[in-house]
Amino acid sequence: SRYRKVDEEFFEELEEILIQADVGVQTVMELVDELKLEAKRQKLEDSESLKPLITEKFVELLHSTAGNQQLNMASDGLTVILFVGVNGVGKTTTIGKMAHMFKNQGKKVMLAAGDTFRAGAIEQLEIWGERAGVDVTKHQAGSDPAAVIYDAIQATRKRDIDVLLCDTAGRLQNKVNLMQELNKIYRVIQREIPGAPHETLLVLDATTGQNAFSQAKTFNEATGITGIVLTKLDGTAKGGIVIAISNELGIPVKFVGLGEKLDDLQPFDAEQYVYALFSELFEERENQQQSEQ
Amino acid sequence: MAFEGLADRLQETLRKIRGKGKVTEADVKEMMREVRLALLEADVNFKVVRDFVNRVKERAVGQEVLKSLTPGQQVIKVVNEELTALMGGENAKLAVSQRPPTVIMMVGLQGAGKTTTTGKLAKYLQKQNRNPLLVAADIYRPAAIKQLQVLGEQINVPVFSLGDKESPVVIAKKAIEQAKEQHNDYVLIDTAGRLHIDETLMNELNQIKEEVRPDEILLVVDAMTGQDAVNVAQSFNEQLNITGVILTKLDGDTRGGAALSVKAVTGQPIKFVGMGEKLDALEPFHPDRMASRILGM
Ligand SMILES: Nc1nc2c(ncn2[C@@H]2O[C@H](COP(=O)(O)OP(=O)(O)OP(=O)(O)O)[C@@H](O)[C@H]2O)c(=O)[nH]1
Ligand SMILES: Nc1nc2c(ncn2[C@@H]2O[C@H](COP(=O)(O)OP(=O)(O)OP(=O)(O)O)[C@@H](O)[C@H]2O)c(=O)[nH]1
Ligand SMILES: [K+]
Ligand SMILES: [Mg+2]
Ligand SMILES: [Mg+2]
Repeated sequence: SRYRKVDEEFFEELEEILIQADVGVQTVMELVDELKLEAKRQKLEDSESLKPLITEKFVELLHSTAGNQQLNMASDGLTVILFVGVNGVGKTTTIGKMAHMFKNQGKKVMLAAGDTFRAGAIEQLEIWGERAGVDVTKHQAGSDPAAVIYDAIQATRKRDIDVLLCDTAGRLQNKVNLMQELNKIYRVIQREIPGAPHETLLVLDATTGQNAFSQAKTFNEATGITGIVLTKLDGTAKGGIVIAISNELGIPVKFVGLGEKLDDLQPFDAEQYVYALFSELFEERENQQQSEQ
Repeated sequence: MAFEGLADRLQETLRKIRGKGKVTEADVKEMMREVRLALLEADVNFKVVRDFVNRVKERAVGQEVLKSLTPGQQVIKVVNEELTALMGGENAKLAVSQRPPTVIMMVGLQGAGKTTTTGKLAKYLQKQNRNPLLVAADIYRPAAIKQLQVLGEQINVPVFSLGDKESPVVIAKKAIEQAKEQHNDYVLIDTAGRLHIDETLMNELNQIKEEVRPDEILLVVDAMTGQDAVNVAQSFNEQLNITGVILTKLDGDTRGGAALSVKAVTGQPIKFVGMGEKLDALEPFHPDRMASRILGM
């Protein structure tokens, strides 16, 4: 036949690709076993006929519980979006990009400089504010982040703001006191605006391995994560751990970061993501076939 | 604590074989299957795991091990030796140039912890009565210069900057001149985060390297990095010949497999680990101790 046989070697390679994409060995073993059975049952014998089965399976995992990939916006009045995550994943940068996106949609946006801890964090957000052409509410470095967010909410009331994007300091999920501080910020927002925060976005770095699962779990406990932004997908890492996160924790990926510029943010497209995951596997095959011919 | 998850898993596996008076090839195989899973779950790179498992298997089923009086312990000894080798033997010290200043370039992916670690290294050197100069050569990231200046202020270390209009090559060159004039014995150059596949920016690092001839090029790696750590480390090493690695964010609960991968593919030692956001949270890395800790010995 034109296409390569689906044999043990093929599945081993599939397993390899998935593990190297950080999907996680446990998940990979389960999925590959399922695919093997299904291939046998449907008597699929070449890679090309297996392709749709594989892609559908993974897209389903990314959609299953997740459902809503759209941002949840307030039907009326202010939408508050809280950004959380560990250190250096791209929270502040994503806020800059998202401010730009909302502005392009004709919305009035404000940023809240809720990272009062990291050196230069406030100035960094201010520069993103300038780039996107939106205002920033800030206090001094070292001040109480919950107070900054509180003030920002008050400021939106006076200025007819549609969307408030709240930055927070990066923190590792095993730091109990810092997670409590985050929960306090979350509660201030809840208290001030009924139904808010409308989104709590966990920013995940695609380069991160299995620890991202623990990040999702713990941040979810502290702030009720409603979606994920997967950043740095312009590199060579695939961020495959989001499959387990969306499948097991029911948290959908909503956006992906593809660079360091204002417009390097895109809505998450599960099909495209899965396709990129396996491009190697199928492309390799196609090249092989060509060279064999 | 980082590495803890890996330690638990490996120790559990090894416990099963430790006391055995008779060990078969099948026992070794079963143990290595579990070791493989433990390493993969800890984010050790797929290929590194494969090589490691093969090496241990080969040695462990050798005559002198299985036929020994305490085969269980012998097998564990093999694992321990191979793991220590994988992590790189003894602590490797920071370079000191015979002709000061000693020049150190910090490089790595975006958000890995370069700027913070540059500040930490300055503090570390200061404690050893050194007189470092920090260099703000990241002209791209918003407020990167400001960030380094704030850190410099916190520890009272001078920061060299020419703003964000001069090229990083010029900044680095002028910084060395100033360091010579003002008798700074260490120059720590903070560079912008970049992808290992970004040719333009990787070239820029090479130009800085050509210009300042650094004594150390330290690759800063986030300890939470997954399988990609190998691509990143290999690529930075191929393009720049790094001299060492600093592993950051080890104060988290990551299993830290990136440490093993990075050492394995670059052959360069992990010199320090970052243990927190504060500037005193930097520790010299001792691979032998770490291997023992992971194996609970
Ligand atoms: N290549 C690439 N770099 C990104 C992306 N998103 C963010 N970055 C870079 O990652 C680095 C860290 O980004 P920040 O936005 O400061 O991350 P953060 O989560 O706010 O960091 P902390 O506040 O220190 O916890 C910066 O150098 C960004 O330019 C992305 O999608 N692709
Ligand atoms: N918990 C913890 N956080 C760290 C450590 N090292 C750095 N960080 C944090 O990680 C984030 C990124 O650190 P930076 O020093 O800005 O990283 P960078 O590599 O200079 O980032 P770019 O310049 O944007 O590429 C910040 O929030 C730091 O506080 C560490 O060892 N532990
Ligand atoms: K990172
Ligand atoms: Mg930030
Ligand atoms: Mg930096």
